[in-house]
Amino acid sequence: MIQHTLRAGRRAVSPSLRCFSETSGGEIIGEDGFERTGSPRPTKQASLYVHWPYCLRRCSYCNFNKYIPRENNDHIMTECLQRETETLLQLSQVSCVTSVFFGGGTPSLAPHSTIDAVLNTVSRWAYLSDKAEVTLEVNPTLAGKSKLEDYCRAGVNRLSIGVQSLQDEDLKILGRDHSSHQALQTVEEARRLCPGRVSVDVMFGRPKQSVASWENELSELLRVCDDHVSLYQLTLERGTQLFKQVLGGEMTVPAEDVTAEMYQCARRTLHQHGFLQYEVSNFARHKAVSHHNTSYWKGRQYIGVGPGAHGRFVPLGEEGVLREARTQTLEPGAWIREVQQRGHGTRRRIQLGHLELLEEVLVMGMRMTDGINHKHWEMFSPQLGLREVFGTSRDVQELLQSGQLILDDRSLRCSWDGLVFLDSILPTLLVELERQISQRLQRDHHSDGQTKSRTCSPR
Amino acid sequence: MSFSLAKRWCDAPLMRRVLQFKGYRRKIQSYNNMTYTLFRHRWMKRLPVFSGLKMASTHTGKDTIDLSKFPVDRIRNFCIIAHIDHGKSTLADRLLEMTGAIVKTDKNKQVLDKLQVERERGITVKAQTASLIYSHQGQQYLLNLIDTPGHVDFSYEVSRSISACQGVLLIVDANQGIQAQTMANFYLAFEAQLAIIPVINKIDLKNADTERVELQMEKVFDIPRNECIRISAKLGTNVEAVLRAVVERVPPPAASTSDPFKALVFDSNFDHYRGVVANIAVLGGRVRKGDRIVSAYLGKSYEVNELGLLRPDEHPTQKLFAGQVGYIIAGMKDVKEAQIGDTLYLQSQPVEALPGFKPAKAMVFAGMFPMDQSDYQALRSAIERLTLNDSSVTVQRDSSLALGAGWRLGFLGLLHMEVFNQRLEQEYNASVIVTAPTVPYKAILSSPKLIKEHGSAEITIVNPAQFPDRSVVSEYLEPMVLGTILTPDSYTGKIMSLCLNRRGIQKNMLYIDDQRVMMKYLFPLNEIVVDFYDLLKSLSSGYASFDYENAGYQAADLIKMNILLNGLPVEELITIVHRGRAYSVGKSMCERLQDSIPRQMFEIAVQATIGSKVIARETIKAYRKNVLAKCYGGDITRKMKLLKKQAEGKKKMRRFGNVEVPKDAFINVLKRKDK
Repeated sequence: MIQHTLRAGRRAVSPSLRCFSETSGGEIIGEDGFERTGSPRPTKQASLYVHWPYCLRRCSYCNFNKYIPRENNDHIMTECLQRETETLLQLSQVSCVTSVFFGGGTPSLAPHSTIDAVLNTVSRWAYLSDKAEVTLEVNPTLAGKSKLEDYCRAGVNRLSIGVQSLQDEDLKILGRDHSSHQALQTVEEARRLCPGRVSVDVMFGRPKQSVASWENELSELLRVCDDHVSLYQLTLERGTQLFKQVLGGEMTVPAEDVTAEMYQCARRTLHQHGFLQYEVSNFARHKAVSHHNTSYWKGRQYIGVGPGAHGRFVPLGEEGVLREARTQTLEPGAWIREVQQRGHGTRRRIQLGHLELLEEVLVMGMRMTDGINHKHWEMFSPQLGLREVFGTSRDVQELLQSGQLILDDRSLRCSWDGLVFLDSILPTLLVELERQISQRLQRDHHSDGQTKSRTCSPR
Repeated sequence: MSFSLAKRWCDAPLMRRVLQFKGYRRKIQSYNNMTYTLFRHRWMKRLPVFSGLKMASTHTGKDTIDLSKFPVDRIRNFCIIAHIDHGKSTLADRLLEMTGAIVKTDKNKQVLDKLQVERERGITVKAQTASLIYSHQGQQYLLNLIDTPGHVDFSYEVSRSISACQGVLLIVDANQGIQAQTMANFYLAFEAQLAIIPVINKIDLKNADTERVELQMEKVFDIPRNECIRISAKLGTNVEAVLRAVVERVPPPAASTSDPFKALVFDSNFDHYRGVVANIAVLGGRVRKGDRIVSAYLGKSYEVNELGLLRPDEHPTQKLFAGQVGYIIAGMKDVKEAQIGDTLYLQSQPVEALPGFKPAKAMVFAGMFPMDQSDYQALRSAIERLTLNDSSVTVQRDSSLALGAGWRLGFLGLLHMEVFNQRLEQEYNASVIVTAPTVPYKAILSSPKLIKEHGSAEITIVNPAQFPDRSVVSEYLEPMVLGTILTPDSYTGKIMSLCLNRRGIQKNMLYIDDQRVMMKYLFPLNEIVVDFYDLLKSLSSGYASFDYENAGYQAADLIKMNILLNGLPVEELITIVHRGRAYSVGKSMCERLQDSIPRQMFEIAVQATIGSKVIARETIKAYRKNVLAKCYGGDITRKMKLLKKQAEGKKKMRRFGNVEVPKDAFINVLKRKDK
């Protein structure tokens, strides 16, 4: 309770602070109006991803951007995360941060003060509703568990627990630093702190795993989990220890057909327990979806802070009409230096053209079981509706006829059966999208060059 | 017209399978030590080193040689024949140096530069002819060394060269002994009734076993041991004896200056500035600059603009006399005007034409397609330029639904094809898809209507899609070759079963000494064009050598095999096979397709059929799941890249019904297998 009051108080101050710092007065009113009606201008809001790059050890399957720290520099890291948050929020001119996600690495290694500091910074430079989802990835060790309460006090209101497996032997193979017992305890504690807002991550397709053992594991998990489950198939990534082991024949992973069966089996089981699949790997009960992740799939803006973080937003500037794909410097040391020198560690900026933006919207949107509804598409492509783009293609027709794809008054989406083939369906859709857009461009070009564009192309 | 081999090819991976196997180390070594190839400028380059040494017996610098000083009885025409890497070019270099044939002229620089480019690419294109002037017992002799390409693919060229000679130097490596090509070349010379001078080279090598090789020569060729000349071309040891033997053992050409002029065209080059340069052997009379000559083949007349000796660079003279060998430039604009084997005579004194040669026949065919259709024009001009100097390559336009527009090229043999491909890649930087080689089949038509249509009952089938149906054919024929294999006897068993497996029929088997066996097999050419050589090499640890000569056509039970994808035929994969091999060929094609067609959302049946009968089948299982587990903000870029690549690939796929086949799959099935 205390924390909530604190946060609310902070926010009561900070937005107005920000308002003053902002130059053009007219916009502020507009913003508030948008916020109230619940549909702010897309470029005025974004979600925020914060990357904590450190881990205590390397998991055998993980190729993420993570580092085993040699010395404690939590303090500097925290300062830099704050500093970059501040810089990028200003640059993006975002007035409302819709959600925050602390990922890693192992963000549950960060002191709770870091979370607190970053959230404070966010609130200082943008509006962060106290209802906004603030998720923290948690490594289910005893140490992690003990800190959960502090995190929540700092403002975290959703916890994503990396359970991965309930088999201790498998956890060892995966190089995890916790036991299944510790994981279960952590889930319990998390549910106590954030009831209805706890997610568990589990992995299938692990070495030696069978469909039967997976089924057992799932039912065990369903007994203890909260309202959200993320399922990931273990993918062998180059450069990981597991990759080498499998390549060298020391380890085998289940065959393609077996993992397909595991996936289907999990979908069925979860469905039977009231978990609706809302995305390829994500299942929720009682509408407990991850808002932060959903905003990725809906093609909304996001700001990435921290070493190697990615972002997609329209930056302030003369050419500031196009969304940029931004990547921060990978290596923490270098990133820290850059942030200290120029306020941010953005290493790469690539402007997304109209087609590229639509491609991302399509690829991400189709991962959701609801797919892309007409309104959602129209926000990005006001001139060319879903039916116009996809309705005429013979290849798309085949997908529709085979029942894998659905295009109706509601949306373009995969059927239950089609979703497992999404990566085969997408190339067909991408080919069609490109063709339609380039045809459209040519037609516009021919008709005349004066009208169109700018105002219509969303960001 | 002809290729000869530069040593460096041997190190190029493509060539390994065709060239001779053992002893790369030595090749490299010899390259470093001596640097001989068959390039003119290489010889010329040596001049500074040797000019001071052994110029004694030669002419005086730039002065025109008075060829009338060399009556027929002081002329010797000979060539050197050897298995690859037995030291032919090294010996040739020595002979040139010892007779001072390497002359510096003002033209050198230009020639050198021009050929430098070729040299860098490591290919010798033309066999060389060099006239050597040699003093023997106080007399000057004109020795015409007519160099020959080393490989049996070019035995046609070898026989052409031989026809201008009266003697040969048969070189055998003192370490390796008689090899397959030694045999082939020997018989060519033997049949042409030439004087054969056996030379055992590389006697300086540590492992040289000269005695054993002499025994082999005696056993296999019936050459008395004491006739063999033991030399080291590398060190120059005893090379003088070779020159002496040429004078003493090779008879002078049977030609008379008092006859009317008559010359045999045995080779030709194309020069962009001067037109055709024909190499001729004068068989009677004399010819001089300004004479009007006639080509017996075309009946066209030309004026002689330039003529002379090849030493080995062109050395203009006023005349050429009976018995001599040289070059002639007479305003021919097209290589086809200087038909190999043609007879030239004076317009004023017509003579009976010489029997000439049968034109070289393409025996191995392969499709060549640009990797990307936008490179079509570039590839076309590359092929045109390459074939300009090699009329033995036949070129036919071809197009494949899978691979686009391209050509079907015919080659004299496998090495010929390799050489051509390599030049195409190296000189023109062309990415070429080369399809698996096929051979020309024949069919004897039985339908009168078809016979009328084709103009004869016998037709040659190069493109499998044009294979006539059994019902209109009385007989199919396939080309045969007589293969010679030389191997240490410990591999005999394995090699015999390989040959049997390739439908080979053993014709002969002989121990040429107590360890080495020579076997002769009659093979269908089709059975040896793809991977026979590689297999032979690998199962004999590289010790066996192989060579073949064409042996006409034989009736064969040939059938057309189709490949179906989910029941729909794929035209570009139609194959002609022998009935007995249909199953294994069909199975391997199906397997290759199975490996290279990506799984799709439905099952794909890959079938090989003959008529309506399925003889092999592989199934590409439908995948049951294809979706990336995880995709959040940070994963988008990577995921997009992957999907975009797939989308691009999709545009390029060929579709059979709803089966999508990437171009790579066709390439994998159609192209030659990598080793």
